[in-house]
Amino acid sequence: MQEQQFTNIYGGAISLQCRSYDAASCREFSVCTQKLSLRGLTACTCAVWLAAYALFAYTENSAVLSAAIFVTLIGLLFYLHFVKIDQESLLVIASLGIQMTSYYASGKESTTFIEMNNVKDVVINEAIYMQKVIYYLCILLKDPVDPHGISEVVPVFQTSAARHLPTRWTASKAAGPSNSFEGAVQVEINMCILETTL
Amino acid sequence: MVVKVFFPTSCSAADSGLLVGRWIAEQSSAVVLAVLHFPFVPGQVKQYLTDVRLASGLGLAVLGSWSNSAEEKREELEQFLEDLRIIFCHEPWLQIRREKSTKFWSCQAIRSQQESAAEEIKVILIYHDQRKVMLSLLHPPESHLAAGDHRTEPLSTGGASELAAVFNTVAQSRVLFMTDKYDEGPVRLTHWQSEGVEGSILVELLKQASGPVCMFLTFLLSLLSAVCKSRVLQMWPLSFLWSKLSTCEQLGHRLHQLRLLCSSKKAQDQIQFTRKANILVSFLLDIVLGVLLLSWLYSKNRIGQLADTLIPMADYVAQELQDLLQWLMGVPAGLKMNRALDQVLGRFFQYHIHLWISYIHLMSPFIEMILWYIGLSTCLGFTMALSIFSDVIALLTFHIYCFYVYGARLYCLKIYGLSSLWRLFRGKKWNVLRQRVDSCSYDLDQLFIGTLLFTILLFLLPTTALYYLVFTLLRLVVVLVQGLIHLLVDMINSLPLYSLALRLCRSYRLAAGVKFRVLEQQTGKPLRLLMQINPLSYGRVVQLYSLPTSSSYPKDSWGSLLKKLFLGELIYPWRQKDNKQD
Repeated sequence: MQEQQFTNIYGGAISLQCRSYDAASCREFSVCTQKLSLRGLTACTCAVWLAAYALFAYTENSAVLSAAIFVTLIGLLFYLHFVKIDQESLLVIASLGIQMTSYYASGKESTTFIEMNNVKDVVINEAIYMQKVIYYLCILLKDPVDPHGISEVVPVFQTSAARHLPTRWTASKAAGPSNSFEGAVQVEINMCILETTL
Repeated sequence: MVVKVFFPTSCSAADSGLLVGRWIAEQSSAVVLAVLHFPFVPGQVKQYLTDVRLASGLGLAVLGSWSNSAEEKREELEQFLEDLRIIFCHEPWLQIRREKSTKFWSCQAIRSQQESAAEEIKVILIYHDQRKVMLSLLHPPESHLAAGDHRTEPLSTGGASELAAVFNTVAQSRVLFMTDKYDEGPVRLTHWQSEGVEGSILVELLKQASGPVCMFLTFLLSLLSAVCKSRVLQMWPLSFLWSKLSTCEQLGHRLHQLRLLCSSKKAQDQIQFTRKANILVSFLLDIVLGVLLLSWLYSKNRIGQLADTLIPMADYVAQELQDLLQWLMGVPAGLKMNRALDQVLGRFFQYHIHLWISYIHLMSPFIEMILWYIGLSTCLGFTMALSIFSDVIALLTFHIYCFYVYGARLYCLKIYGLSSLWRLFRGKKWNVLRQRVDSCSYDLDQLFIGTLLFTILLFLLPTTALYYLVFTLLRLVVVLVQGLIHLLVDMINSLPLYSLALRLCRSYRLAAGVKFRVLEQQTGKPLRLLMQINPLSYGRVVQLYSLPTSSSYPKDSWGSLLKKLFLGELIYPWRQKDNKQD
């Protein structure tokens, strides 16, 4: 098992862990993002409660305060259960398929499994996002009707690892993406798949 | 080459024996279904397998040997199992050995001599819960659904997929599992054991009882539909009335569902069964809610109170309308109207309200009785009560509807007149044959009269437009209330409660796919994975299983609605949208 540090597009630190089982025919990549920061949480809660208190001082209605408590509680639960993703992992079982799992901060897991005979390729794609060029790792799925076509593009590590395109990389593509996060994972996955198909 | 062995967890404690299952050659995966125990006669085993093959339509075979080392005489057994390979020849022959001290099994796949030199065969062990896999229904992923109708056959589209084949295999070998626990077959097998008929005596009794009940209900329904189809009810004014009342529509929808539920045909697959169960559960819920409402209504003379408040309500609405008309007849919001037209329109509408109020007062002694009898119909279901409520609203606000129609017709006439006179003003006319605007030379008289009429219409337009606007707003409020009631009715009608309950309590029954967990590893031993069922999300359950509703929502967008309002075309509540053409 090895661990590497990278940054995502917002500059936050992410760490990539690679683990391989059974002579590398089954590998697991997991990306951990920053944990919930206490400072941000405190700031949000304080902001809501101060606003509520200001409203209370103006209207003198105590229902405002209890509403503010409920709003913060429900908002926090919603955020932990549906928004905040702690860890995303990618399990590649060479002869079976690729499994993507997201672990939410509340402990909820959501899993998608893609069978290997549906996978056409694993590529790095570029996209323009909010006046930035980012690049991301994605899985191309085969079209069941047309054998050469692609039916869907499934982005991997969608929430935690979308990254900037470094200017250095655009200048010299020859350097290859292998020194970046996506490149490292892609090479590993392709090795894993190739090992069994050959 | 990698061989995947799908091994049921229920067999992991079985005594030594043979592995019975299906070999899927194109995916090089072996689905183990059961373990066959000693002693047996090879001829009988082969005969039994052929029988099961005929019954289930699957190519079942002996895949290999299974040895559980808890027993003694190990070397002897090994030799014996090796010999069995010659009797039941299978390519490749699996050997799974479980040692007592460790939880890692050793697993080998052996090919016959000539091929074995080519390459080493790797084995992946995938554990699964046989019962869950058998009972679950695999839904293809969302992207596959875009092309075809997903409701009818979700398995067919995913037929090519590997997991669907595994799920199918386990589901179709139901024959193997459904035998009775105490049944002495020709061979002794270990697999997931159903409880048999005795396990669920209530369910079996219900199954027996459902046949006659369905027959009886079908008979009643046929009588009812014969009455509905009789000539007397199909005559012009009545049939028109039936098509406009939402109660009748709801009744027809329920009758249709009941007929579907009681049809003597058995549900062919799990989807149709689920749909029937959904209909039944929504029906039952509807009735239960209806009976609750009924008991609430008829206790403490609530009907009388309701009837007592209804008349003052109608009076109040009429009074408010009269005040509104008075306001419109004066100088509403500081606008200067055409006084003569304003007075005529205002008096006309006031007279209408007067008529309406006198009718209501004429009816007031009977209202409590009418309400009492109408209230009885809530025992047919909550949705029925809601539909009746919507119809009652429509009847009680009939005057608003009338005002709206008068105003809209007048306004529409003016708009069309103005547009055609505007064309005349510019020396053009509408060519009906060619469906376009042509230029045309008019006489001086025609031009004079046309311009004069245009001026008159233009100056009278604000007065009519104001009346139209006010009554359209009133009408829109009524339509909104009715639309909300219909939305509620549709929600109760279409919510797949049975599927949702299944998802909540037996989440493995509706599978969106699978997820794998890597179990502990040891070098030299095969990779061990645990296959679990990934349940369908609630949103997808509702999307896939929602029942078809009777009503048709309006197809037109907000833009076309605004256009219609501007041109003065009539707007109907949602149910009657499709009848708009006639």
